[in-house]
Amino acid sequence: MKNTISQRVADFLKGYPPFNFLHQKDLEKLSEQISIIYKEKDSVIFAENDKTHDSFYVVHKGAVALKKSTKNTVLDMCDEGDIFGLRPLLAQENYIMEAVAHEESILYAIPIAVFKPYALENRNVGNFLIESYASNTRNPYSDIHKDKLYGDDQLNENLHSSNHSFDLAPIKYSKKIVTCSPSTTVKDIAKIMNKKKVGAILIVDEMLPIGILTDKDLRNKIVTGDFPITTTAETIMTKPVITYPKKMTVTEAQMAMMKSNISHLCLTKDGTVNTKAVGILSKHDVMVALGNNPAVLIKALKRTKKIKEIKPIRNQIMQLLQGYLDQNIPMTLITKIITELNEACTTRVIEICIEKMSSPPPVKFAWLALGSQGRGEQMLHTDQDNAIVYENVNEVFRDETRIYFLKFAGLVNKGLFEIGYDYCPADMMASSPKWCMSLVDWKAQVHHWITNPGKNEVLLSFIFFDYSMTYGDSDIVNELSDAIFEYVKANPIFYMHLVSGALQSPSPTGFFRQFLVEQDGANKDSFDIKRRALMPLTDAARLLTLSHSVKGISNTAERFEKLAELEPNNRELYLSCSYSFKALLKFRTKQGLLHHDSGQFIELESLTKMEKIKLKRTFKTIKELQELISVRFNISNLV
Amino acid sequence: MSLFNFWKKEENNLFDENITIEETRFVVLDTETTGFDYDNDRILCIGALVLQNGIINVQESFEVYLEQEHYDKSTAQIHGILKDLLVKRPTELEALQQFLDFLGDSIIIAHHTIFDVTMINRALERNRLPQLQNKTLDTAYLYKKTLIQSHLFERKDHYTLDDLADKFDISKKDRHTALGDAYITAIAFLKIVKKLREKKAVNLNQIFKY
Repeated sequence: MKNTISQRVADFLKGYPPFNFLHQKDLEKLSEQISIIYKEKDSVIFAENDKTHDSFYVVHKGAVALKKSTKNTVLDMCDEGDIFGLRPLLAQENYIMEAVAHEESILYAIPIAVFKPYALENRNVGNFLIESYASNTRNPYSDIHKDKLYGDDQLNENLHSSNHSFDLAPIKYSKKIVTCSPSTTVKDIAKIMNKKKVGAILIVDEMLPIGILTDKDLRNKIVTGDFPITTTAETIMTKPVITYPKKMTVTEAQMAMMKSNISHLCLTKDGTVNTKAVGILSKHDVMVALGNNPAVLIKALKRTKKIKEIKPIRNQIMQLLQGYLDQNIPMTLITKIITELNEACTTRVIEICIEKMSSPPPVKFAWLALGSQGRGEQMLHTDQDNAIVYENVNEVFRDETRIYFLKFAGLVNKGLFEIGYDYCPADMMASSPKWCMSLVDWKAQVHHWITNPGKNEVLLSFIFFDYSMTYGDSDIVNELSDAIFEYVKANPIFYMHLVSGALQSPSPTGFFRQFLVEQDGANKDSFDIKRRALMPLTDAARLLTLSHSVKGISNTAERFEKLAELEPNNRELYLSCSYSFKALLKFRTKQGLLHHDSGQFIELESLTKMEKIKLKRTFKTIKELQELISVRFNISNLV
Repeated sequence: MSLFNFWKKEENNLFDENITIEETRFVVLDTETTGFDYDNDRILCIGALVLQNGIINVQESFEVYLEQEHYDKSTAQIHGILKDLLVKRPTELEALQQFLDFLGDSIIIAHHTIFDVTMINRALERNRLPQLQNKTLDTAYLYKKTLIQSHLFERKDHYTLDDLADKFDISKKDRHTALGDAYITAIAFLKIVKKLREKKAVNLNQIFKY
């Protein structure tokens, strides 16, 4: 029976092959017979060697990783609209890969018995399936090729070589070719290239490539004054075009470019100039294919036009992080690079959202990252904590401005959610009116926290005082920082609350020097590294730097280094704090990558003896630091 | 009674401690009505689906538009159900009987459950049928339990289905159709359970204690 849900399913499926080949009526019929399945992160959909289910799956929301359990390597990542688990059904063999929900996912299970007649009857559907297995891509018609193009067929070969042979992987090229006719003027060409953000344009005549113009040509021939900007393309283009067939490996492409000393290759249907151009391959594409490199990722970020395109880049950042950790690169360097990249992602989201608004921001503003993000210590996907501060406005425009920024913040928060930052459960986000205020309102708010320090006020100022600016106008932020220091100086009692806050985090070890573990919940019996080890250090660093009126440093490790400089007699302790913090952060990040979560909870059993000793060593430092604070601020008089 | 039990709080469990949420058959429902007055307004449509083990089977869903005399033009713009909609419509009695068959003794989940259940109970009363005896859960209430509790953050008193759909990134395409809303409610319920589990293990019995 056709109903609202089956309609909803049909509407989704019709956007993806092979379902887009089905007649609307058939698709509706098919949709009535499917099941909608919710899978929590990390739950298994089917395991290797399992008997086949009677349905195959389409990802509606989320992502599913296909793995070979022996190697524990992800062979393919399916996201929205991708099909998986179909081939074993058609081949009538057991599953040869394991499918695990990589994120929280919603799947559509389509019974093979219902689908098979369509595959047999509808030639387009049949062809799609044959082609997708033959070419080893899940979706041969897709615009964007996936990282891992290998499907089931090549699987066995690939498994033998465990090292990633990127060099021989087929290259991903841009299929959106920017072209113009031979008679286009150079001035117009420059405009087109600027708009499309490309470094080369193909000159075509009846679809056949006859020449190419690159940034370099414009520089060498036009800017030098040799030709006027009214020159037509055919006069100065490089010809003939060097063409290659589209099936190229990364290495081949690299060699071709070096051989002819060119930066762009034109790919045609059969590899000669006599067939249609199908793509352009730039040095940039080769760099991207060669692997992750922060500069390439930043460049790729700048080219994104939609928020959706940022998500895969975030995933690459995570891979980069994994690589850095594997290579044992110093943590200070890793945090800097990853924080920079994460910030670039946020900035891009903000820029895209500004374009989405119907008008530019009415006044200057700054987007602040709070908490761990503000301290530049956030490397994994965690919750959002952010705020907006904007210039003071005239009474008349007050509401209007507030509404503008709230709406804008709503877009940004949603965008950040889309690229993998969860919403803050306490609603500490710029889209909430309390975290989106004008400078004068923020000053009043901070003043209130400092002069009326209750438990919650201190907690809020903890989160807020670690801000750093992600985007916008730095003058506003500086003014706010100055105000905070002024208020704190005038209200010494506030220190006392910061002190008790800094000392309240529970000690990491119990009486018998064993680890204190969580008593209940999903993380029962695991060690909360954030609350018990990282937070005491962060809180202490904040307190001590604030008491020295150190401005502009919010990273915990850097704060300790600064403190070591300011108090030579405690130098050793502070440096070991800085070291401990970095060690703990590395620990957390590794755990997070391993379990694809925030890394907050550590299963003690998974640690080696060595790791446990390392962890415990940091606890000693924490204890010493807490003693120093209670002596210095004379806490015993307070409690 | 042993001495130890004496100190234990008296527990009145609704269900056996071993029953998991996964094995339980839930019916997630939503009604579209002519208005919010329990006495005068009528149900125009009942949408419901079965949720078990995280699976919603599309074939096993229920969507019935009812024949009603009472009609309020002003709410038509919300639910979009016109009086002479060309869908085969059973009488209220027929629809209720079909619904009761579908429901069985499952646990009811809805958003602001009290409203839908009261509307259905009033309709049952009019048709001289016994009242619903099913246990109920409310996603509007449960959602609040997933939020951090602090008096500093103003928690709203009422979270609408739209709020939940936004927070959980569920498409609002079929908002204000009974079955469409039931679907949003079902997905929201699953995500709420997941959130609650992050804090504490939850079985069927415990979710009723929130």
